[in-house]
Amino acid sequence: MADQKTITIAIMDAPYESGRSTTTLRLIDLAAKRGYNINVFAYEGAVLQPFAAQKPHPNAVHGRDVEQENHFIPKDAIAALMREAEKNGGKIDWVNCGLCVDERGAVDAIPGVRRGSPADFWTLSEASDNTLVIATR
Amino acid sequence: MPRYLLIESRDPFDSNDTGFCRDLATQLAAANNEVTLFLVQNGVLPARSGTRSGELTKLAGAGVRVLADSFSLKERGIDESRLATGIAAAPLDVVLDALAEGAKVIWH
Repeated sequence: MADQKTITIAIMDAPYESGRSTTTLRLIDLAAKRGYNINVFAYEGAVLQPFAAQKPHPNAVHGRDVEQENHFIPKDAIAALMREAEKNGGKIDWVNCGLCVDERGAVDAIPGVRRGSPADFWTLSEASDNTLVIATR
Repeated sequence: MPRYLLIESRDPFDSNDTGFCRDLATQLAAANNEVTLFLVQNGVLPARSGTRSGELTKLAGAGVRVLADSFSLKERGIDESRLATGIAAAPLDVVLDALAEGAKVIWH
């Protein structure tokens, strides 16, 4: 792909806590649809975004079971984005900060997520066409 | 000409530091850079014609392209026809285009 780009995105937000997570996934989705290579460096609480133990739940207050609730699960969205990128000739390289993982007990991530360090963020950024840091407040 | 895309995700009704992006955009435009301010999430709230939209209209008058994420507008029930003068709705693709084209992209 002649115009294939590589973009690196750093995120720090844990799932379900900020609109920044949604915007990040929207950006990755757009890039995946374009067949770009996307590097994600997840720092701090963001290492929980692809946490494998996430589970959908029912909503007793609204009387909905698990299927009816159809709760959004970030790890499933990330897995779908990885498949979308590959389908379009790109790849998502998701790196979880190792120390952040250990602090949070978030070792069990979905396939395709690897452990790294801030040094990897530098390496990924250096090898990219551009980098966006989506910082917390 | 150097290109900058500043992304404002905060709204002035909740955060007292939204002047950061406006000031930076103003200075960059005055220094003959191509500058876009992209409003996203609650950052789109002052795009409605109202008490705080004047700052954005003024920014547009200073040569900054001011855009509001169409998805964030829809999430908040803001019709594009209610946007203040100088502000246009745009898809999030604007951010990815800027990244792909090598612009300096700053998130706030």
